[in-house]
Amino acid sequence: MSIIEEKDPSLKELDSIVIRFAGDSGDGMQLTGTQFTNTSAILGNDISTFPDFPAEIRAPAGTMAGVSGFQVMFSRQDILTPGDSPDVLVAMNPAALKKNLPDLETGGIIIVNTDSFTKSNLAKAKYLSNPLEDGTLEGHKVLPVPLTSLNREALKDIDALSTKEKDRSQNLFALGISFWIFDRPLETTCEWIEKKFAGRPEIIEANQKALRMGYYFGENTEIFRQRYRISPASLPEGTYRKVTGNEATALGLVTAAVKAGKPLFYGSYPITPASDILHFLAKLRHFDVRTVQAEDEIAAMGTVIGAAFGGNLAVTGTSGPGIALKSEAMNLALVLELPMVIVNVQRGGPSTGLPTKTEQADLLQAMFGRNGESPIPILAPQSPTDCFDIAIEAARLAIRAMSPVIILSEGYLANSSEPWKIPDVESIAPIVVHHPAARIGTNGEEPFLPYQRDPETLARPWAIPGTAGLEYRVGGLGKAPLTGNVSYESKHHEQMINDRAEKVARLADVIPEQDVYGPENADLLLVSWGGSFGAVRSAVIRAVREDKSVAHAHLRYLNPFPRNLEEILKRHKRVVVPELNNGQLAFLLRGTFALDIESYPKLHARPFRINEISNKIDEILAQQ
Amino acid sequence: MTTVPLETVTLNRKDFVSDQEVRWCPGCGDYSILAQMQKVMPEIGYPKENIVFISGIGCSSRFPYYMNTYGIHSIHGRAPTLATGLAVANPALSVWVITGDGDGLSIGGNHLIHACRRNIDLNIILFNNRVYGLTKGQYSPTSRVGMKTKSSPMGSIDRPLEPLALALSAEASFVARSIDNNPNHLVDILTQAAAHKGTSFVEVYQNCLIFNKDEWNDFSDRKSRDDHLLYLEHGQPMIFGVNRDKGIRLRGLEPVVVELGNGISESDLLVHDAFANSTTLAYILSRLEHPSVLGILRDVERLSYADGVLGQVKEARAKKGPGDLATLYLDSDIWEVK
Repeated sequence: MSIIEEKDPSLKELDSIVIRFAGDSGDGMQLTGTQFTNTSAILGNDISTFPDFPAEIRAPAGTMAGVSGFQVMFSRQDILTPGDSPDVLVAMNPAALKKNLPDLETGGIIIVNTDSFTKSNLAKAKYLSNPLEDGTLEGHKVLPVPLTSLNREALKDIDALSTKEKDRSQNLFALGISFWIFDRPLETTCEWIEKKFAGRPEIIEANQKALRMGYYFGENTEIFRQRYRISPASLPEGTYRKVTGNEATALGLVTAAVKAGKPLFYGSYPITPASDILHFLAKLRHFDVRTVQAEDEIAAMGTVIGAAFGGNLAVTGTSGPGIALKSEAMNLALVLELPMVIVNVQRGGPSTGLPTKTEQADLLQAMFGRNGESPIPILAPQSPTDCFDIAIEAARLAIRAMSPVIILSEGYLANSSEPWKIPDVESIAPIVVHHPAARIGTNGEEPFLPYQRDPETLARPWAIPGTAGLEYRVGGLGKAPLTGNVSYESKHHEQMINDRAEKVARLADVIPEQDVYGPENADLLLVSWGGSFGAVRSAVIRAVREDKSVAHAHLRYLNPFPRNLEEILKRHKRVVVPELNNGQLAFLLRGTFALDIESYPKLHARPFRINEISNKIDEILAQQ
Repeated sequence: MTTVPLETVTLNRKDFVSDQEVRWCPGCGDYSILAQMQKVMPEIGYPKENIVFISGIGCSSRFPYYMNTYGIHSIHGRAPTLATGLAVANPALSVWVITGDGDGLSIGGNHLIHACRRNIDLNIILFNNRVYGLTKGQYSPTSRVGMKTKSSPMGSIDRPLEPLALALSAEASFVARSIDNNPNHLVDILTQAAAHKGTSFVEVYQNCLIFNKDEWNDFSDRKSRDDHLLYLEHGQPMIFGVNRDKGIRLRGLEPVVVELGNGISESDLLVHDAFANSTTLAYILSRLEHPSVLGILRDVERLSYADGVLGQVKEARAKKGPGDLATLYLDSDIWEVK
């Protein structure tokens, strides 16, 4: 495609750009954003994405409820978030414009499909007058494009498709325009179209043509005179792909199973935003991945306990409401002392809440949301790619401690993507599993003790059915040490509670010490967890560069905490915890260390923006 | 997966008795079921270490503690879910689910029907005493309308479930009923349940002397009980009665009891077909109350769930080879940074 490579004198070099594609749920905005992202990633930009879509599959067309958005930041620098606010907004209809306009940077570019600004669509978006004409968009650079009619015109020679079918390509026309403005090649998307619509030549033709005609339209029209280029980022050498948090979680789980030499058992019930883990793993039967779509959340948890008893690497994935249902069975897993991983991809709560929005409000549920004394280790990934490492780490700790381990992921991480430097498989350490051997002929003389704990880890032996001479019974009732037999004795009850707690506490022996970014004795320490890493770290990097006295500790281990955490918290004048809940980590830190820890809650069911954190830092430092 | 060669040593009933003291009430029907189970175990063709008992909560659910096999006493109603995970994790095991009318049909009703429809290779034994025993005598999902208990002082207004009809509706491939006071029959049914590949659902009429002692009176008197019980045998006409002088005929879609003689002969009676693919006959039999049926209502072959899962593993491996992580990581749009 020689035309595409022609140099344009008006090409402006930028560090980074944030673009948001917005339209109806049926407009293909997620797909458009994904294609833009893939092309940018392959070009070598660092990328970070944030899909934001409604829970309704197809809300009424043209309404505010049906607006679906996909934001991507692409940069020549190392970036940690999908950007605070878009520089460019592609709005396919009035509702998409109305919903996203408040987020746009002042002076930002708006590409609008003017064909969709009809009386009825304006009314559905509750616009009293046409914002394209009434001055609403003043201060922004508006690029009006009659997308629908241009696209129909471009595809007029394709007879095999109806107008309605042709209109489905208009997102690709918009993508073509975006590719022209940001100087991106079309090949990646063209190849993807061929793969996706294989066997349907008329659809391939229409989509590829729409993409190209959009690009040419950009090239030939005066209104798009200014173009932008973002050079490749200087990422560490290696082979890269893009992953979402859910993909990385699934990849990490199957890696852990291979490294442990175990079949992976994944029992799960479909729930937003965790289902993609199930979808990904269901395709991996050739890895001996045994997925079971259970009849409900409780059943999913039950199957995982059974599979762990049977010696598989057993995992379940769900979201907060599912954890609520699973909690009785999680406690059974805890007292049976079997290894398994429980993934909670958190969403906005309580109750059904905001299924497609993100939140970090299940921390205290994970810590304390079960009856009785119920300590379960908790890990939280800090970025989409970190989900891979956390999944492996969770499996490793579960097997080491013979305990369920909770991963607190979140909707934002699950659906967002970033470049992943593909690791060398050999560099990932094996997970050591020990099953006690059969005792043939000694049965009865030397009784097997299913609760005889390892003196170092306090883990009990993972004896599995099929092993002769170790037949044992275990259950949810109180038990005696060593034998695991039913016992109601006070001292047994106390010892079992203490042993289980100590077993979890001892994981601090093997988890890494907490690191801190920024000056050692900074006046202010920000403590964050989960997906807030990117925004908080970006803000602190900026602040440190400006010589502000602020440091950042990001926790990936929430139970047990790293050994040195208390010492870190004590050496700063003020400790503030930005989190997407009403102060849960701050509460936990205060309760654990009896220190004065402040919370900076955000309850919008959206991730933090860098500027929000920067402003908070300035506000706090100004009080000093 | 640990596989241990089948030992040549023959096991006997005592090998399956655990060291735990049995704590059911004196005279409880559970004792007989436990004894018959221990008797059946050496005969089912599995080494002891490959046998697992999983239960929920309730009197019957103490069962695994008394069996010298692997076992889990799990939580209320959820035993089929643990058993499902275990059967998929290791299909070489003989997995037994012990449940009751409260555990299996009330709190665990959902799991029971899904285990049946998936045809997981489990033997589900439901002890039906039509009352909650462990919580001291409330009415259960199988209690008769009008039954007076602590929680239904004016009589239960809940319509009872028929466990066998439920299992049949849930597509169970093996459905049978036995009774605690007929050891030979119980041994035979448990043996056949064990041999069946897929979900075997067995209801056992079980007597609770403390809270519902009169429930099975019709079936307790050895002299008269055969007037109230029809023993099903595949291919045989449905004859019953102490004097074997009564039979079952179909009038329209309704089964009716007829006296043999006076122009009615064996050839006029319904003939049992346990292997019928359709559940219609089995369903009709499951709803019979006078007499109640004992024996195997349905026994058909169907792919078991674990075989389905592992079949797909095999198929995927034949197509793609065993999974390779490096290949999987690269299975996406990739790019090089130099």
